[in-house]
Amino acid sequence: MSILVDKATRVVVQGITGREGSFHTEQMIAYGTRVVAGVVPGKGGTTHLDAPVFDTVAEAVSETGADAAFIIVPPPFAADAIMETAAAGIALAVCVTEGIPVHDMVRARAFVETTPTRLIGPNCPGVLTAGECKIGFIPNHVARPGRVGIVARSGTLTYEVIQGLSQAGFGQTTAVGIGGDPVLGLSFTEVLRLFAGDPATAAVVMVGEIGGSDEENAAEQVLAGGFDKPVVAFISGRTAPPGKRMGHAGAIISGNKGSAQSKVDALTAAGASIADTIEDVVRLTGERMGATAAR
Amino acid sequence: MKLLEYQAKQQFARRGIAIPAGRLARSAAEAEAAARELQRHAGTRIAVKAQVPIGGRGKAGGIAVVESPDQARREAERILAMDIRGYPVRSVWCETGLEIANELYLGITLDRDRRRLVVIFSAAGGMDIEQVAETQPERIAKLWPDPFRGPQAFEIRELAFAALRQATAPPDGTARVVGSLVSLTQQLYRTAIELDAMTCEINPLVLTAAGDLVAADGKLEVDENAEWRHRDLAEELARDAVGDDGRSGDDPFEVEARRRGLTYVHLDGHIGCIGNGAGLVMNTLDLVKQQGGDPADFLDIGGGARADVVRNALDMVLSDPKVRGVFINIFGGITRGDEVARGIIQARDELHIDKPLVVRMTGTREEEGRRLLEEAGIVPAVSAVEAARKIVELTRDAGGRG
Repeated sequence: MSILVDKATRVVVQGITGREGSFHTEQMIAYGTRVVAGVVPGKGGTTHLDAPVFDTVAEAVSETGADAAFIIVPPPFAADAIMETAAAGIALAVCVTEGIPVHDMVRARAFVETTPTRLIGPNCPGVLTAGECKIGFIPNHVARPGRVGIVARSGTLTYEVIQGLSQAGFGQTTAVGIGGDPVLGLSFTEVLRLFAGDPATAAVVMVGEIGGSDEENAAEQVLAGGFDKPVVAFISGRTAPPGKRMGHAGAIISGNKGSAQSKVDALTAAGASIADTIEDVVRLTGERMGATAAR
Repeated sequence: MKLLEYQAKQQFARRGIAIPAGRLARSAAEAEAAARELQRHAGTRIAVKAQVPIGGRGKAGGIAVVESPDQARREAERILAMDIRGYPVRSVWCETGLEIANELYLGITLDRDRRRLVVIFSAAGGMDIEQVAETQPERIAKLWPDPFRGPQAFEIRELAFAALRQATAPPDGTARVVGSLVSLTQQLYRTAIELDAMTCEINPLVLTAAGDLVAADGKLEVDENAEWRHRDLAEELARDAVGDDGRSGDDPFEVEARRRGLTYVHLDGHIGCIGNGAGLVMNTLDLVKQQGGDPADFLDIGGGARADVVRNALDMVLSDPKVRGVFINIFGGITRGDEVARGIIQARDELHIDKPLVVRMTGTREEEGRRLLEEAGIVPAVSAVEAARKIVELTRDAGGRG
């Protein structure tokens, strides 16, 4: 078991012929992901990386039965691509594009809400179920199958956590990078609920950062309400000055909102263990799971 | 991208929102002429307001209310010589004073929790709205319009009636005020949408003695991700922001970093910090601080670690003379550690860097990479915590104090 993606997931790639799109699609195929189609308006009828390319997502779905989408298109077109995916009835859309205008995302997110589609991202590393399927940027060699679920905003910290856990012998179920933008699809709250319902996941690592209040909301709405799996949380940007955007569009402390301390406090109150370093994440995960349950 | 008050007001006016009659002045003489012209039209008091892209200018003495053109000249002279929290005052906006009956608030901003824009209205205008929201939440009314159809008249009426009932002194003719608020809110919403505004605010929104709604101030911040849709505005802004001395008030290091295409935030400390990935760099700063050091910057070089990018980043970080040493934190992923090491060594040699460098990196062939670094006199580290400890130690020695 796992969440969101597995061996059976059939992926359509929007932007498959681009330089980045090609590179990451190849990596995904090498990982074992079933890439069944590509979509590039105007290139329908061609083939790329052995996958048939279609003009529209709707066509790709009806011809190949794709049920997940990897969206790697430039910012001006990304929100539209997300809506196209949702309109085509795809269950999971993963958008890695960084720099989508916020107003575009407000509309795309509202549109997605009217459909059953789940959106991950944008500006995210994507999702990976260890040994089965990955959609996005997570490096192929870091993950190994096991029992820890990961949900994180930042890409590189997701990789660091996966790698640290793997090296210490703690494998993973699914890692979900939800992204660093202010307007996102799935938030910590929704992903934690999915992990709660996944019997294979025995513990969860949560990697948050300054900005917004998604971490606080997840602590109050999910963890405090009797989440029966141990949670280890790590918050980056603890020393970031207020009012400065720290790389991610969403990583900014504005007024009294978004400070690391408020997140740490909410998570602590909800029973999560707080880690100060990646090494701490690994150590606390081991402690909370118990040595045998972990491996 | 933050617009100045007068630029925000011009955007409002273009979309039908009433603003006080005003003139921009870049010198004391221009301010005097502006006041004379405005007084001839209105015969009232004139506000002389510093144009800087930050709040709190009133408290800093950047706003004066004057009775005569002569006084306008003197006050403009004083204000134009000011530096408000690092921003030199380049111009003043002179405008006619209003006969104020009530001060209201109307603003549109992003509500991150709801993933929507929120329209905020309050009868408690002229104050810091975040403070009002905290201390008197009952005086704030909010509306989250459907992004595909925008705020409808009935929704705005509900909002406005609710908020005006909470007013300490409800204005006379509430129905008429609400009617004006409906069109004003739709005009402001259109401004926010057309300009990709992250914040679009009128505070105070003045209800005049004659019963008109006038934007007495204007705040407008455009989403950086959408700047490509507003190049004309960005150019206008850039022209206005930089004076004859080339100073804009923005941090000069951050201006240079933007020119170089780097994601950089300038900080106060003496340890340069570079890494790939925003979360990773934030954590790098946290680790330096945990070890007792002070970061000089946040610099995210993005995915991978190409040699030319590392070189550009090192050059940028070391342009700050406060920097005594640099911590480079690279998650390699599929990047090869030996390649990253060669890139860093090459950059160090080409830039003739003699300050301590500590590099923590992972990736394939990372051990070989660390060996190369060590041979070249750069300090390698296996863990980020160890690297943070080392750079703090090395820069303490170099600087004589921590």
